[in-house]
This record gives sequence, structure tokens and C-alpha cells, in this order.
Amino acid sequence: MTQIELRGIQKYFGAVQVIKDLNLAIADNEFIVLLGQSGCGKTTTLRAVAGLETIDEGDILIDGQPVQHIKASDRDIAMVFQSFSLYPHMTVYENIAFPLRATRMGRNDVDTSVREIAGVLRITGLLARKPSALSGGDMQRVAIGRALVRRPKAMLMDEPIGALDAKLREEMRAEIKRLHIKQGSTTIYVTHDQVEAMSLADRIVIMHEGILQQVGSPDEVYSHPANMFVAQFVGSPVMNMAQAIVSETGGHASVQVGGQAKGFEFPAALANRLSDARAENGKLTLGVRPEGVLISRQAREGFMPVEAHIIEPLGSHDIVDLKVGDQMIRARTKSGFVPGAGEAVWARIDPVQAHFFNTATGSSLGIRL
Amino acid sequence: MAAVQTRSERALNRIAIAAVLVITLIFLAPIYWITATAFKPRNLATTIPPTVLFEPEISPFVKLFTKRSQLREAPAPEEYAAAPWWERMVFDGGEKIVRSGRGEVQPSGYPNRFMNSLIVAITSTVLAVGMGTFTAYGFSRFRVKGEADLLFFILSTRMLPPVVVAIPMFLMYRVVGLNDTHWGLIILYTAFNLSFSVWLMKGFIDEIPKEYEEAALVDGYTRMQAFFKIVIPEAATGIAATAVFCFITAWNEYAFALIMTNRRAQTAPPFIPSQVGSGLPDWTVIAAGTFLFLLPVAIFTFLLRNHLLRGMSFGAIRK
Repeated sequence: MTQIELRGIQKYFGAVQVIKDLNLAIADNEFIVLLGQSGCGKTTTLRAVAGLETIDEGDILIDGQPVQHIKASDRDIAMVFQSFSLYPHMTVYENIAFPLRATRMGRNDVDTSVREIAGVLRITGLLARKPSALSGGDMQRVAIGRALVRRPKAMLMDEPIGALDAKLREEMRAEIKRLHIKQGSTTIYVTHDQVEAMSLADRIVIMHEGILQQVGSPDEVYSHPANMFVAQFVGSPVMNMAQAIVSETGGHASVQVGGQAKGFEFPAALANRLSDARAENGKLTLGVRPEGVLISRQAREGFMPVEAHIIEPLGSHDIVDLKVGDQMIRARTKSGFVPGAGEAVWARIDPVQAHFFNTATGSSLGIRL
Repeated sequence: MAAVQTRSERALNRIAIAAVLVITLIFLAPIYWITATAFKPRNLATTIPPTVLFEPEISPFVKLFTKRSQLREAPAPEEYAAAPWWERMVFDGGEKIVRSGRGEVQPSGYPNRFMNSLIVAITSTVLAVGMGTFTAYGFSRFRVKGEADLLFFILSTRMLPPVVVAIPMFLMYRVVGLNDTHWGLIILYTAFNLSFSVWLMKGFIDEIPKEYEEAALVDGYTRMQAFFKIVIPEAATGIAATAVFCFITAWNEYAFALIMTNRRAQTAPPFIPSQVGSGLPDWTVIAAGTFLFLLPVAIFTFLLRNHLLRGMSFGAIRK
């Protein structure tokens, strides 16, 4: 039973402010992922919770108790580092037992705990080895074992699988999820990989330049990004963004993109919704994910003729770059749907999947059709 | 490690091995000469051409450890017969062993000087490496104001030739009564080695990833515990290398030992050559003294050889 709360955290490195007024409440048993580019303050936040970094202002509360003045060793928190940080002069067994020895636990109890966690992580066969004789994945299993063995109040992970190769990363991702479901501990996980964040998190916390951008479930941040940064950071390929001019023609709204006279057709309600949101033409950005761009190979009602510029075949699907005026819009199609580059196709934007942002502030206008 | 080699590469390799062998022989020659002389009878020590084949004997060592006087005439036969085998060796060399009024053999100054060397070198090495490791850790892990200046200052103590400060040191030591004391030399050698030890250890500790300690801190250990449980074992290689270098420096130091000590705390380096001047120089005794003097460093280095080799290549490979 561990809740963690961050209240008004401010952190400076010299004159540079790396965390700006961060507020976050983490529920018991929750898997929180801090997501952001390098230098966004996510690792500093994690280290502050661990007690490896001091904060300049604000409170860090664990189970309601402020801990910002408590030493790392007394916070009862475990951390897994990107570099694994297994002690090279100790065997796997000793590495896992190391945190227990700090608690002056009896020899037999230590042994029981180490073997139990090794069983959970399927590394019982490796206990006698030195870390240098382990593969990357096994090293990380041991590091996780060392963190879990003490049954800490919370588990902090700093890009724990970032150093592994792609295939192993996928495997370990599943394993971390399995472990979290099985062991159930409040977890804060730092990564810059949005796929990792989406697949693991109960809630994702997106940070940019020390400022919290959005907190929400993977589905929320994907489908309802709070601003252009989140919209472009989450999802691959990234969301299409285009300056848009909205006008009303013949009973429906038209959204012009890329300086083209003809616009994409939208329901008439869009114009009203935009004026309700005080959006002005010239300060409006349209955002749509590639799967929100619909393509037809014949002329169809509501579809606009465009040119397929580049096709990236990805096996399960293709990514097609469409030239709309001087703007490129990427669409996701069934593989082989557009036979070749240079082909003329017809496109429309699914109004339900369209997002509108204020170009100047970057924030979402919250318009859902 | 068996990379594919062409014929010419293999030939070059052989030449390189031969060259290494020759160089090794050249370096080992003086050591062989000292060792051989230490086991030679006195009359063979200075022959021209040098004697290579001889029957080794240990009379130089008997002479090294005892006080002797020149015989005016051959000892009486009953005196010769009553003497133990090692004393006869000295009689054979035309000398006799000096005994006290109660008939005890008088030891020479050598064992005492050797002990002094051990005491001074070991104590100062332990102090210099210990203090150096702590200091280096501080510089390596914490933001120290004026770090670069302080480190340069520490190093600058090595920039003067020791002889330049010998006279002022001597005068200061005389005032505080540290002349001819073990502590005097220990303090001197520690101060001497400390700068070296700080710099060397800082390099080694910098190489130890910070995350190891941070992991230990989060795992419930204090910084001090993390230092002893994680940093020290990880830095063992560096500590061994630094200790060998400090020990050799302290063990071989000559100039200060000559000036600062004369009897009570004198170490072996100034003592051994002083024997050259007393009476006829007996090269076999000097060689025996030098041979024994070489042993501790050789043994110490041999014991730590694995660490030293690792120390040489430390940090060369990124993990």
C-alpha cells in the first residue's frame, strides 16, 4: 500500500530549471510511466523520488509523509538503473542478497527470499555466476530481482531496458508487465520510448522541458492529446500537423491545407464549434494521425484528389505520403493498397479522428466531432 | 586471440619476441650480477675477467649479519675446531666475529636498518594509499569548490626535486625533534606519496560508475557503507597498483634517509653504501645486503601482479 505524491516540485541545476512546478499523485499499485525526450526532467524527477537528488522547492510524499529530507537509504524504495549497476565483484546471488544484508535479516531468511525472487524471475540457474558472465536480458532480470527482493514500498525504473537490443526489449517489456501484475507494487518507470510507455503504463506522464504536459491512460494521451507536443510525441508515425483554414461552403465545412483552394470536407458543425472555442483562421492547426486519413482509389463523394508521393511498405501496413498542396500528409493503408508512387488517389480526413490546436499556444481546442 | 596472420606477420612476430627476450636479458643482467656476487667467495668477487662459474656459499650473509674484526694471525687450531660452521667461514676469510663480554655474537647494523626500512615503507604506504583513496573519492564524487586548483596544488608538491627541500626540512625537523625518528621519515614519505596516490586513485575511482553507489544508497546503505562495500572492492586494482608504486618509492628513498637519519631510524638504502667505506670494501657483503633489500619489493609486486596487470589496462575497454 503505497501512494506517492509530488507537490509543486521545483529543481534547478545552477541557473537552469529542470523541473517546473510538478504536481502528480500516484495511486497504490499503479504503474506510472514518465515519458519525454532526454533532458525533459523525467530522470531527475525519478532520482528526486529515490533521494539521489535534492529538490529546491515542493514536497515529495510517500504514504502522506514528506520524505524530501530523508536519506535515500531510509526511504524504502528500490531502483533499477539503465546501466543495470550489478556489483561486478559479487555473484548474482550476492547481488540480490545485498539489499537484504542492509536490513540485518537472518541468513536463512535471506536465502529463502533470494531463491524465491530468483524463481519468479527464472534466474535460479544463474545464482552462482558473476554479472560479467550474463547476457543483457539476464543482467536486467537480476537488477529487477535485486530491486524486488526487499519488497520495497515503491519501485523506480530508469530506462531499464533502454540498453537492450530491439527483440530483447520487447521480451523484457512483456516480462516487466507480467511481474508488475504478479508482484503488484507502485512503480514509476522512466523512458523516452513511447511504445514502451503505451504498452506498460496504467497512466502516462508526458514531460517536456521540465513541464508536465499531460497525465492520462495510454488511450487518453493517444486519442485526446492535450497539446501539439503530446500529439506528436505519442504515436508512430507521428501525427500529421498542418496549418488549416476553415470556411463554410454548401452545407458543410471545408478545411484547406497546404495552400490548396479545395479543402477537406468536414461536417458543418465544425465552424460553430471552432467559433465557440474562439479559434481564428491563421492560428489553427489541424492534426490527424495516419490512420485518420482515409484513401480511396476511385473518386468518391467527399474525397479529394491527391498524389501518392512516397510509399513505405511495412509488411502489416503501408505508410503513404500524400502531397496536398505544398504539404505532406501521411496515411496508413492496407499493404499494397496504393500500387505505386505517383499514383493519383482520393483522400479524406475522418472527422472523428481530427484534432484542432491553437497554433500559437500549441494547446488542443478540445474539439471532437 | 588467434587472429589470422600472413607469413610476413608471423616472421615479424618472431623478431619481436626475440627482441623482447634480448631486452629482458639486458634488464635482468644487473640483478643476476648482484645475486651471483651475494653468493660468491670474497676472492672471486672482483676477478678480471669476471667469474661466472663458482661454488656458491653463504659466508657473505653470515658477515652481513655479524660484527667482525680483521684477524692479525690465523686462529688457534682449537679455537677453529670449537667454532660453529658459519664462524669458520669467517675465519677462512681472514676475519673473526666480535663477541660481547658474555660471549654473545654481536649483530651488525643491517637487520636493524632493514626493519627500519620495513616499518617506514609499510606504514607510509598504508597511510598514503588510505588517505589518498579517501581524498580521491571526495574529489571524484562531490562537487568541490576549486577542484582543479586544489588538485593542481596537490600535484605541485611533487614538482620540486626533493633535494631542494632537504635542508629546510632538516632544520624544521630538528626544531620539532623528528630527526632520526621513524615517524619523521613516515610523515615525510607519506606526504611525498600522497599527491601521487590522490591522482592515481582519482583516475581509478572516476572509472567506477556512480550508479553502483547510488544503487547501494537506494538499497538501504549509508554512503560510508557503500564506500567500503562497493567502492573499495571495485577499486582494489587501483589500490594495489598505487600501493606498489608508493611502497617502491618509500623503500628506495635515499636522499632524505641519508640526511634525516643516522642511527636509530636509519633505513637500508643509506646504510648499505656506507659499508663500502669501512675498511676494505667487501663487495660480497654489500651484494648480500642489496640482494635481501630487493626481496620485499619483488615479493610485494609478485603478490599483486594480477592487480597490476589489470591496472595497466584498466579503463581501456568500455563495457
